[in-house]
Amino acid sequence: MSNQKNTNLSRRQLLKTAIAGAIGMSGATGFINLAQAKVGWPEKEELKLGFIKLTDMAPLAIAYEKGFFEEEGLYVTLEAQANWRVLVDGVVSGALDGAHMLPGQAIAATIGYGNNAELMTPFSMDLNGNAITVSNRIWEGMRPYVKLDAEGKPIHPISAAALKPVIETLNKQGEAFKMGMVFPVSTHNYELRYWLAAGGIHPGFYAPERGDTAGMINAQAQLSVTPPPQMPATMDAGTIHGYCVGEPWNQQAVFRNIGVPVISNNNIWRNNPEKVFGMRKDFYEQYPNTTIRLVKALLKAARWLDENNNANRKEAVKILARPIYVGADEAVIANSMTGTFEYEKGDQRAEPDFNIFFRNHATYPFYSDAVWFLTQMRRWGQISEQKSDEWYHQVAQQVYRPDIYQLAAKELIREGKFKPSEFPDFLTETGFKPATNEFIDGITYDGLKPNDYLKQFEIGLKGADKV
Amino acid sequence: MKLPLFFEPYANLAKGHNPKLQMSLIFKQLGLPLIGLLVFLMLWSGAAKNIETSLGNFPGPVEVYQQFNNLLDEHQAEKEKAEAFYQRQEARNAARMEADPDFVPTIRPYTGAPTFIDQIKTSLFTVFTAFLIGSLIAIPIGILIGMSDGLYRAVNPVIQLFKPVSPLAWLPLVTLVVSALYVSESPMFQTAFIVSAITVLLSSIWSTIINTAVGVATVSKDLLNVSKVLNLNPWTHVTKILVPSAIPMIFTGLRISLGIAWMVLIAAEMLSQSPGLGKFIWDQFQNGSSESMSRIMVAVLVIGFIGFLLDRLMLVLQKFVSWDKSAVLR
Repeated sequence: MSNQKNTNLSRRQLLKTAIAGAIGMSGATGFINLAQAKVGWPEKEELKLGFIKLTDMAPLAIAYEKGFFEEEGLYVTLEAQANWRVLVDGVVSGALDGAHMLPGQAIAATIGYGNNAELMTPFSMDLNGNAITVSNRIWEGMRPYVKLDAEGKPIHPISAAALKPVIETLNKQGEAFKMGMVFPVSTHNYELRYWLAAGGIHPGFYAPERGDTAGMINAQAQLSVTPPPQMPATMDAGTIHGYCVGEPWNQQAVFRNIGVPVISNNNIWRNNPEKVFGMRKDFYEQYPNTTIRLVKALLKAARWLDENNNANRKEAVKILARPIYVGADEAVIANSMTGTFEYEKGDQRAEPDFNIFFRNHATYPFYSDAVWFLTQMRRWGQISEQKSDEWYHQVAQQVYRPDIYQLAAKELIREGKFKPSEFPDFLTETGFKPATNEFIDGITYDGLKPNDYLKQFEIGLKGADKV
Repeated sequence: MKLPLFFEPYANLAKGHNPKLQMSLIFKQLGLPLIGLLVFLMLWSGAAKNIETSLGNFPGPVEVYQQFNNLLDEHQAEKEKAEAFYQRQEARNAARMEADPDFVPTIRPYTGAPTFIDQIKTSLFTVFTAFLIGSLIAIPIGILIGMSDGLYRAVNPVIQLFKPVSPLAWLPLVTLVVSALYVSESPMFQTAFIVSAITVLLSSIWSTIINTAVGVATVSKDLLNVSKVLNLNPWTHVTKILVPSAIPMIFTGLRISLGIAWMVLIAAEMLSQSPGLGKFIWDQFQNGSSESMSRIMVAVLVIGFIGFLLDRLMLVLQKFVSWDKSAVLR
């Protein structure tokens, strides 16, 4: 009986914390008093989570295989989804309880672009992990414009400026330059656009108010959607000239000798946020304990992946290579997961940060990450009107939920399984990373001032611009 | 005692009846199919070596055989994991019951991924469900429109209109309608299962309807006259006269339907990502590992073999219910 009471109590307290979190960014400080609350039994034990066959779904696979879900009393079924559209529809409709998701999907659904549903994320899944690959033919064209070192190897990072003359030649021959990305609101779309624009190539605008969601207005490079696992085959067939996608689909192109990765997203924006764990907001309201327990399991998995200087990565590669998860050959997955990356065939380089799952507070859902995605939506016209800085911050708080993250983290600390030093300092954490200029074009991003950030770009909408 | 036809030549050979004839019978019965298969295997392995894809060489019979064994091993391993899963669960439930006396434990089904064997079972279950429901709809419709010329003329345009529609055209519509109408907190069947079953049903019932109608419409005049003379009531007329004489045609329709159903199901599963052999193939294609092609080839052969067995099954059923046991069926 006393246990019953405890559960009710903690549930009420949880609700309170959720409200405190919603009040404002400074609300983070409101959590301290509640840190002692014990998370009750899960309200929903059987869960179905979706994922796309990419190495950055690893925290889900590890949480399953290492029994972290079961430790939390959760019986999780992981189900590969055909593409990002199917995945987000599954989460919105409730067929999936949560998923390995593109941050842009959770944000776009919440502001009503594409889907219309209140999605949120209490857990960020990884940093970096993508690359841009071009077909052998395009690479042949680019190579003369790429600076080489003394050994004749290309100097990285390679700017899209080297691609510009190739596009011009293609256009002269009456051929449009086409590239693939995985979804209109994907990190990949924004990274590819960022890289192209930084090299002086216009990737085209969206104009949703006119019903134009193809994003090819004024485009010098036409970007279209291709599901990740089909990227190599689509490029091999000549439908696209290159693509931006997560692993292992860039290394796959190298192994199959059909293309050359030219830049990793870590070189476009150092330690950029990648996937999130996305779910419906009302799922949390209905099942707060289940949600917190899910985050706990994912935190354990993320730490396992980075523990002892990536010591577990080899085992992780073995797990991911199983047909039910990513399914590509072990050697292909190992390339990026164990800290190296192969560019041109034989040109293997150390990329210790190619995938970060836990270090650098990779799992914390920073508001400033959400704001960055929103600025890119605005930059390329997916958000067609100027919005105030406050609007950006408001949406970020609606979608990114460090409050739930903190409840899970504090529970893990209370159980003695994690040290407080492994998490950001919750007393001072504002959810905004310090301003950084570690971008390929050297432009400074400060999440507190999204409108000022947009003003700095030559290509892209800013201020009250309209397409 | 009469031996089944298949064993007769062997028995006769053993008894020493006309060994030459028996040998040639055996050769026809066993040797020729074997030669056909061998030639096919040789052509396959020869061609496979020369087809280079970006995922490596096309798999030959040996690689496919190895993958088949691997898939069986994986199934075995998964079964063991499932057992461990249930044991862990029981331990956890017991521990929780101690901490929380109000707790009523429920055993959760295993959460691991379905293996190749599981996918075969799912596909078979789906195809039989769709086929049974389809037949229950198609045969009565066929009988009705076979009996009445007017009704036949009224319904025929609709049948002709929908018969040639590809299952892949139905699929998006069915998916949307099912997800709109089939909403429940704890559904008895997965939506994906219902979608593929309905798609299969929609694409496969037409040949049963048409064949049944033709079978009923062409019942011999003599039999119809008998029915008239005896003044049979409509129910007896249908069950004693029409259906028995239309049985060969009905079964021809059913066999075509089941064949189509099986083909359609694999395509539907591939497209709608509903569990089954189609999903297995699609997943392998997406994996793009060096084993993918061999695994897909295993699935292709298994699909072909099951299709063949399904057809034989219908044939046996037809022989069983057909009144004319001497009719040659193939």
